Amino acid sequence: MGDWMTVTDPALSSESKITSQYTSETKMSPSSLYSQQVLCSSIPLSKNVHSFFSAFCTEENIEQSISYLDQELTTFGFPSLYEDSKGKETKRGLNVVAVLNCMNELLILQRKNLLAQENVETQNLKLGSDMGHLQNCYAKLKEQLETSRREMSGLQERDRQLQCKNRNLHQLLKNEKDEVQKLQNIIASRATQYNHDMKRKEREYNKLKERLHQLVMNKKDKKIAMEILNYVGRADGKRGSWRTDKTEARNEDEMYTILLSDYEYRQKQILMENAELKKVLQQMKKEMISLLSPQKQRPRERTDDNTGTALSDVEEDAGEMNRESIWDLSCETVREQLTNSIRKQWRILKSHVEKLDNQVSKVHLEGVNDEDVISRQDHEQETEKLEVEIQQCKEMIKTQQQLLQQLATACDDDTSSLLRDCYLLEEKERLKEEWSLLKEQKKNFEKERRSFIEAAIRLGLERKAFEEERAIWLKQQFLSMTNFDLQNSENVKLFSAFSGSSDRDNHTVHSRPRARKPHSVANGSPNCTSKLTKSLPASPSTSDFCQTRSCVSEHSSINILNITPEETKPNQVGRECTNLKWSVASRPASQEGCYNGRSLTYANSHIHKDNLP
Amino acid sequence: MNFSEVFKLSGLLCKFSPNGKYLASCVQYRLVVRDVHTLQIVQLYTCLDQIQHAEWSADSLFILCAMYKRGLVQVWSLEQPEWHCKIDEGSAGLVASCWSPDGRHILNTTEFHLRITVWSLCTKSVSYIKYPKACQQGISFTRDGRYMALAERRDCRDHVSVFVCSDWQLLRHFDTDTQDLAGLEWAPNGCVLAVWDSCLEYKILLYSLDGRLLSTYCAYEWSLGIKSVDWSPSSQFLAIGSYDGKVRILNHVTWKMITEFGHLATINNPKIVVYKEAEKSSRLALGYNSFPQLRAIGTLPSAESKYEIASMPVSLQILKPVADRANPKIGVGTMAFSSDNYFLATKNDNVPNAVWIWDVQKMRLFVVLEQLSPVRSFQWDPQQPRLAICTGSSKVYLWSPAGCVSVQVPGEGDFQVLSLCWHLNGDSIALLSKDHFCLCFLETEGVRTTFGQLGDHT
Repeated sequence: MGDWMTVTDPALSSESKITSQYTSETKMSPSSLYSQQVLCSSIPLSKNVHSFFSAFCTEENIEQSISYLDQELTTFGFPSLYEDSKGKETKRGLNVVAVLNCMNELLILQRKNLLAQENVETQNLKLGSDMGHLQNCYAKLKEQLETSRREMSGLQERDRQLQCKNRNLHQLLKNEKDEVQKLQNIIASRATQYNHDMKRKEREYNKLKERLHQLVMNKKDKKIAMEILNYVGRADGKRGSWRTDKTEARNEDEMYTILLSDYEYRQKQILMENAELKKVLQQMKKEMISLLSPQKQRPRERTDDNTGTALSDVEEDAGEMNRESIWDLSCETVREQLTNSIRKQWRILKSHVEKLDNQVSKVHLEGVNDEDVISRQDHEQETEKLEVEIQQCKEMIKTQQQLLQQLATACDDDTSSLLRDCYLLEEKERLKEEWSLLKEQKKNFEKERRSFIEAAIRLGLERKAFEEERAIWLKQQFLSMTNFDLQNSENVKLFSAFSGSSDRDNHTVHSRPRARKPHSVANGSPNCTSKLTKSLPASPSTSDFCQTRSCVSEHSSINILNITPEETKPNQVGRECTNLKWSVASRPASQEGCYNGRSLTYANSHIHKDNLP
Repeated sequence: MNFSEVFKLSGLLCKFSPNGKYLASCVQYRLVVRDVHTLQIVQLYTCLDQIQHAEWSADSLFILCAMYKRGLVQVWSLEQPEWHCKIDEGSAGLVASCWSPDGRHILNTTEFHLRITVWSLCTKSVSYIKYPKACQQGISFTRDGRYMALAERRDCRDHVSVFVCSDWQLLRHFDTDTQDLAGLEWAPNGCVLAVWDSCLEYKILLYSLDGRLLSTYCAYEWSLGIKSVDWSPSSQFLAIGSYDGKVRILNHVTWKMITEFGHLATINNPKIVVYKEAEKSSRLALGYNSFPQLRAIGTLPSAESKYEIASMPVSLQILKPVADRANPKIGVGTMAFSSDNYFLATKNDNVPNAVWIWDVQKMRLFVVLEQLSPVRSFQWDPQQPRLAICTGSSKVYLWSPAGCVSVQVPGEGDFQVLSLCWHLNGDSIALLSKDHFCLCFLETEGVRTTFGQLGDHT
């Protein structure tokens, strides 16, 4: 078969393809049954074909059927089934090879046809589904169309209604306008009528007044008179003057002088105001120039180089002029120059300020980081300061202790008696009580310390175990990359180990507040002894405290009194971060330590004094 | 703060002399002149009838007493008690009488505003001025007393005549573009005359002394217009109060509006302080009230009302005006600039209980005082920014930028303060009721302490 395939001519195969298509479409077979059956199914084909052949070809008509097939095949482009005859007379024999070839060809064609058919079917299916989808789409769109049509009709209806309303409103407006117009007309007519009436009435009234005046005045009313004991002198002491043209002129003059003086006064005021404003403007300009001098210098130099362009000259001129003939020059040129230069300066200033604004915003953005850095520095400085302070406190405590010891050993009888007198019995007792309490607490504390040490040892062991476990686990991990189950189980173990370590951390953390509380009380008022004594038990001595702390966490740097970052051993992986944390947190702690130290001195003094008698 | 004894009074006629030495008060037909400091009677004059108007001459030498009903004016001299002068207007009648600024002439307006008679006390001469207009404020003298502006009505047109007061010569005569002139007033510097139209039309005209029209201002049309006008003491501002409840301030350079002060009934600006008068429940002061002599109110445990600072927003009581009556109670009807120009006090007639005080420097509302009863009258201290207010109750209210205080007037019964007037130097106020008056002395230290206490509120 394979050999066959290689032998087949490509041109022929393509031809055969065409022919196969052709045959599939056209049914040239003698009986339609054949083609039908071929189309119907492919699997039972062999049997059908067999039966078909039995029907098609019988013993009698082999020749005919062969010749028929030959014809058919030759029409389809297959080689002839017969052997090539040398002579016309001789009957051509059936070429079996050709028959077989043809059959093979036909079978290949058949298979191809089947494949094509399958393809076509699937395509058909696809197309069918597409069709269905499209139909759905169509239906939907149809619905949409329907709804939008309905909407449109609704909107049209509304539009119509609104238009109707609008028309009505227009009508109303028109009516109102008409009404207004009418009313205005009425008002106008009324007003004119009223004015007319008023005028008429007033005229009448005036006539009446005139008449009354005449009546009253012409009667030579005896009553209209002034009784006066004697005439009084004028207020200004002058005699009254006759009314003449002269006086009239004088009055006019006076009036004008008054007006003039008023105007002069106002002008003066305005001038003063102007002058002040100019002064302000000048000052502003000067300040601007001084402010913007670094920026200004460059352009000025440039202009000077260019044989002094008009602008700079004008500016300088204006400046000089303003300096010399200061404010009285209110002429337009000066004003213009001044305003121009101010405007220019202002523009420069504005741009400058904008620039500054931008810079500020930038700096602000950077500033956040800067602050961070500074704060850290501050921290360090402060810690240093506090360390120094602690050192000092320690020294002080030492000296005090020494002094007290000296006092205790080398005191005279007088001083001792004095001291004895100093302390009242009550106080002594109280101190004793306190002392006992202190002792008890000290004991407790020591117990605690021991337990802490034990815990630390335990933890150390645990850690060792954990380390070993980890090593094992790592090894295993390296060895077996694919062994998930094992790894999971190891992981579980790992977590448990971690939880153990976290427990330990918790432990240390818990120990802190316990120690801290009394300090906060103590630093409130160190003078108060009762408070002090309360604060004492939790911290018998700073060194103790430190020891416990260092026991609890060997590598943490909370050596309160002497925090030395060099001591920290960064050999552990997870330690470094905690170190950092502690160093940050150690600030208040160290402060407390300092207070603690102070309180200690008080306590010590009490103790020693207690020991004295 | 001390109060004087209560004296009798009629017709609210109680005037300080312009020189500040005397106090003239009228009781029926008697005129009593007292010394301001001792309150002793200096002179007592008896007129022919009940006095309806009394006025000091500018030099404080004479007092005129007008009896309109009888058409009589009597003039008394303080220096010469025996000197007397009686002017009879006869059948022409009398509706107004006033001194000319020189204190030697009396201007009498006859009935129906037929004419104004100018009587001279120096000579026998009598002058007549015809056609004076019957209006709200038809005569105005300049502050220096040189000129008089008079509103006239001739041939159905408004005119203004400017007279020289020294010899009553007509200086200028011009017609004004007004429908119905309602008033005129000189600026304090005597160079600008404001003339305004009646309330039917918003129109104010500004004339120079020589009769030139400087400017015309009209804020709106077709509505009731100007109700009150006041010049600032510096002549720099002209405040125009109108029926729309606004005050418009014109400047003296361009005569254009600088700003508009609306009198809104609700105030919601935390910068504005609203003092609300509140009644005090206790009447502990009753016992003191019957005590008839001079006493210090400052020592009294309680006055009957006090000021509280209202929290924002504040809504003031509004009076609904009667629309169908003439002279509706709306609009800014009273205005007064403080003597130092810094403040303007106004009263909107449809918010009768409130006094608005505006900051003229910043051109904005500064303080609102809301009283318990309608404000009758208010007046600025001539010396400092201090406002005295009366509401017809027995209290006097004082406001200064430091704060405000309400003071009960002691006296038998109820002393209802209907009007008040400041003494020239601002250290006393005359409080006038229907039948009595008393003086209220403001001791500077005492006042300072009270204001100091109140100042904490602001």
